[in-house]
Amino acid sequence: MSTTIRRAAMLNRALLLRASLDALRKLDPRRLVRNPVIFVTEIVAILVTVLAARALAVGQDWTFQAGIALWLWLTVLFATFAEAVAEGRGRAQADSLRRARTDTRAKLLLRADDRSLFQPRASTELRVGDLVLVEAGDLIPSDGEVVEGIASVNEAAVTGESAPVIRESGGDRSAVTGGTLVVSDWIVVRITAAAGSTFLDRMISLVEGAARQKTPNEIALDILLAGMTIIFLIAVATLVGLASWNGQPPSVPVLAALLVTLIPTTIGGLLSAIGIAGMDRLVRFNVLATSGRAVEAAGDVDVLLLDKTGTITLGNRQAACFIPVPGATEREVAEAAMLSSLADETPEGRSILALARERHAMEAPALPDGAQVIPFTAQTRISGLDLVQGSYRKGAVDALVKSVGGQAPAELRAAVDRIARAGGTPLAVARNGQLLGAIELKDIVKTGMRARFDALRTMGIRTVMVTGDNRLTAAAIAAEAGVDDFIAEATPEDKLAYIRKAQAEGRLVAMAGDGTNDAPALAQADVGLAMQTGTQAAREAGNMVDLDSDPTKLIEVVEIGKQLLITRGALTTFSIANDVAKYFAILPAIFVASYPELGALNIMALASPESAILSAVIFNALIIVALVPLALRGVRYVPVGAAALLRRNLLIYGLGGLLAPFIGIKIIDLILVLLGLA
Amino acid sequence: MTAIGWAQIALVLAAIVAAAIPLARYIAAVAAGRVTFLAPLERAIYAAGGIDPARGMGWKAYTLAMLAANLAGFLLLFSLLRLQGLLPLNPQGFDGLSPWLAFNTAISFVTNTNWQAYSGEAAMSYLSQMAGLSVQNFLSAATGIALALALCRAFAGGGLKELGNFWADFVRMNLYVLLPLAIVVGLAFVALGMPQTLAPYVEATTLEGATQTIPLGPAAFQIAIKHLGTNGGGFFGVNAAHPFEGPSALATSLQIWSHQVIPFALALVFGHMVRDSRQGWALLAVMLAFVLAGTWIVYASEAAGNPLHLAAGVSPALGNMEGKEVRFGLALGALFVATTTGASCGAVNLMHDSLMPLAGLVPMFLIQLGEVLPGGVGSGLYGMLVFVLLAVFVAGLMVGRTPEYLGKKVQAREIKLAMLAVLVLPAAILGFTAISLVLPFATSSLQDAGPHGLSEMLYAFTSAAGNNGSAFGGLTADTPWLNTTLGIAMALGRFAYIVPMMAIAGSIAAKPKLAASSGSFPTHGPLFVGLLAGVILILGGLQFMPALALGPIAEHFLLFAGKTF
Repeated sequence: MSTTIRRAAMLNRALLLRASLDALRKLDPRRLVRNPVIFVTEIVAILVTVLAARALAVGQDWTFQAGIALWLWLTVLFATFAEAVAEGRGRAQADSLRRARTDTRAKLLLRADDRSLFQPRASTELRVGDLVLVEAGDLIPSDGEVVEGIASVNEAAVTGESAPVIRESGGDRSAVTGGTLVVSDWIVVRITAAAGSTFLDRMISLVEGAARQKTPNEIALDILLAGMTIIFLIAVATLVGLASWNGQPPSVPVLAALLVTLIPTTIGGLLSAIGIAGMDRLVRFNVLATSGRAVEAAGDVDVLLLDKTGTITLGNRQAACFIPVPGATEREVAEAAMLSSLADETPEGRSILALARERHAMEAPALPDGAQVIPFTAQTRISGLDLVQGSYRKGAVDALVKSVGGQAPAELRAAVDRIARAGGTPLAVARNGQLLGAIELKDIVKTGMRARFDALRTMGIRTVMVTGDNRLTAAAIAAEAGVDDFIAEATPEDKLAYIRKAQAEGRLVAMAGDGTNDAPALAQADVGLAMQTGTQAAREAGNMVDLDSDPTKLIEVVEIGKQLLITRGALTTFSIANDVAKYFAILPAIFVASYPELGALNIMALASPESAILSAVIFNALIIVALVPLALRGVRYVPVGAAALLRRNLLIYGLGGLLAPFIGIKIIDLILVLLGLA
Repeated sequence: MTAIGWAQIALVLAAIVAAAIPLARYIAAVAAGRVTFLAPLERAIYAAGGIDPARGMGWKAYTLAMLAANLAGFLLLFSLLRLQGLLPLNPQGFDGLSPWLAFNTAISFVTNTNWQAYSGEAAMSYLSQMAGLSVQNFLSAATGIALALALCRAFAGGGLKELGNFWADFVRMNLYVLLPLAIVVGLAFVALGMPQTLAPYVEATTLEGATQTIPLGPAAFQIAIKHLGTNGGGFFGVNAAHPFEGPSALATSLQIWSHQVIPFALALVFGHMVRDSRQGWALLAVMLAFVLAGTWIVYASEAAGNPLHLAAGVSPALGNMEGKEVRFGLALGALFVATTTGASCGAVNLMHDSLMPLAGLVPMFLIQLGEVLPGGVGSGLYGMLVFVLLAVFVAGLMVGRTPEYLGKKVQAREIKLAMLAVLVLPAAILGFTAISLVLPFATSSLQDAGPHGLSEMLYAFTSAAGNNGSAFGGLTADTPWLNTTLGIAMALGRFAYIVPMMAIAGSIAAKPKLAASSGSFPTHGPLFVGLLAGVILILGGLQFMPALALGPIAEHFLLFAGKTF
């Protein structure tokens, strides 16, 4: 997951070489039987190979049979190759993770209350519940919970982010990951995962695809494909009887060619690669899912629960407008606010300068000589600047009103109430002991969020903002951000109850969380995205972990899930639609011996029956390779409504699947003729 | 093709759709138990059978009750046909049927196929026609509707364990839907000149002085239910082409109306029951599109005429009139062909064997597509819904969600069962046809060589497995081999399909019903109609292409090259 891996090319030479070897290994029928379509293709390939060998042995013409056999084997090989490539990309990532999982000597504490008394113990021998001391320079031996102390930890091995993070006992930053490095200070860690089942181990097996199980939709699709295979087996097998009624039945290699081109080899060959690549896309995005099922569920999500702070809003308040009291102008308020904030380095202070520049074209001067800075303290709750031309103050409204020794004008009180109701924070501004007006500080909604929520809505996903703010404030921010619903004054129980209610209505819910008190909701949600910086409890409860700890990524996770499903559906449609053209290639070729008039169906004007059959088989094999990049990359996802998406994809993959093979088979036939092979 | 021909077709189809709309509302009300004008009779039937109509049944109980009813019907009909020589109402003194023929006929009428390996006027006593075949016409039709209602209920609610009560649905559909309609249509047929009498056949002396026996019988009401229930088993051997069974163009139009109106109405009933009428209209649109396309191909092929006839000097304006009834003409003939095969009826008013090759392909293909266009009463709707699930699954993934239909997720279990159901037709049709074509004692039943002979065999198994019952002709079907294998094909096509379909109903019913959002797959509107049509063609039809290429398609090219067999 380090940055070097992220930059790894999608396909490089070493990866392809290894995938080719793996593809050969996967030809083992015992492994291939999991994939019924390709398994049938392999059986047929073996059969035709035997027939070609027999023809060779008895001195008959064997070249056509050998050609068919060769391309049937290539069909199988291309399918196993697709899977091997997808797995190979994951394996490269797993290898780099494995380097972080070196055996370390842990300092096992003998008594919980005495950290001077420890004995060395191999990290592989640690048990859940053991307490270990980790000091500056030590690798954390296994996953655990900090029970004592505070330390900065470099988690680059897991997250790829080299800036150290703080880990401390209590609170929401208590989880540590095995294989990460303590850079300063010390912590006592209670081990929560035995060797072999740590976070790192899970990550490795996940990206390698070792623990891969078929997802529900994949199983359903497999059944559909197996069913179609049986149907076409019936159609081809019965052809022997039907054709012998008036003439000779077609030869076995020809029937084999017909069967293999009709059964859905394209999607059958790419199905598992699509699934692996979907997981892999998530990994590249620095999100780890505990199962493919979770990725698929992400595509199905109906409701997104998003925390307000940090996800929807920037999380720090910014100046939004200046409000003068009667007798003062807005410009005066802006100027006083700007001057009082000259020395204020907080984001709020910077935002006041920015607003003054933006609204009144006031460039903040450099701090003049002799200016006296009045710093903000928790006691006074006022800050400001004394200059030659006067004193400027800003601060909490009640504190400043009190300090100037007067009554706040009714207009100011009204403005302050309005700001508070809208979820903002009012600051009062004074010049030379005289109240000028107020500044409205607001929690700013991140740019582009409204558009993203609109996009989610067209995808049929409701967004729900979760916040600790009161109802009025929450309503105001919800309206500004454009979310569909909000939970105000939210407690963890509220979240859990909301999720349960939505699920009872049959909706799938996704949420992001990091704290221990998020754990029940994360576990209840269909997609629970835990933050890597969060607590161990949260990480255990969720079915995905975001290594970048960015809750906004929940939206992209949903998109990746959808992309996975769309890719499967698109390639299935394409594969099935291909059959029409293959009929037009093969049927006239098969029957033209019995009924020369059926040559009229040869609308592609293929050169000869042999070249027609061979072209169809070659197209059928090559299309798998041609679609490998699409299977790995995924079909492009556009956030539009389902109806528009269906129209678009039906046009591209349905109609495209109908037409593409006509062109492809014709071109291959022309090449075969040019090469003198037909 | 002529404008007046298309006007006839349009008029009949408009009358069907216009009547389907109120009929659908009525059937939905009957299904919900809101129609009670025969309540005393209904209660008496329940009391006699010890039935509690309010007791809900899960899919297994519902299916078992259906199977029990059908098994009883089969045994009764089989015994009746074997023993008809000893029973009353047999003025012509017909003997009992052979065991093979009785087996075949009993299966045929129980499965709503109504394949006829016998000729009614030469083999069936009046008692067999009335108490045996007519009764099964009602019961098999009501069975189909009941099953379709159970599937509709599965989609209508969320987390259901029960699909209704089979006996209640069965009784209500007979009492409130099929009987009243049959009485009205039967009276209309009597008025249009069909016989309804228990008198023996009439001996007439022709102008040349020869003696001719004119068969009669209680025909009109049996023909009414034969069409309304999409049964199709004719009272007379040549079915609706017989002057007493199809006395006029108006009568043939009313027959077409009768075998289309309930299947089309049931599509709309589905819309009512899932409380979204657009869903019903989408299904109806697909059905109507295929009926129109099929009619057009048949009409165009026949109107173009047979090139060999044209070469021999037949006027091109006549089209191919071989095997047609001049009273009906090409347009009503073409519409009858497409509707009787699209609707699993199987009545015929012309000889399918004499159709031009491509026109003959249409009825075969419409049956092979699964008898869902609009299909048999009930069976058309539930077959269509199986295709809907497959269409939604294949294309639904393309909107980036687990596919769902009407708020019900379509998952591995449904797909497994749907594929099991879809497998039945190709296995039965292609399997039995291929075996029969290599067995000399089976091929000896065929009248023709070459592709046409293949079509004759393929059509027979297609018709049987699809529970259609129409005959292509040119096949001596009353042999032990064909009676047995066609009987098995009929049973497979009916019950091997119903069991997985009902398991789907059980599985769908139990799922929660999710609210639709803009992210849900839209299952109404032209896009979905086109998609569903494509999936029916590809998943339902492609597997039959090699067989069709060797039959009607080969024959077409050969005929136009001047070759016949």
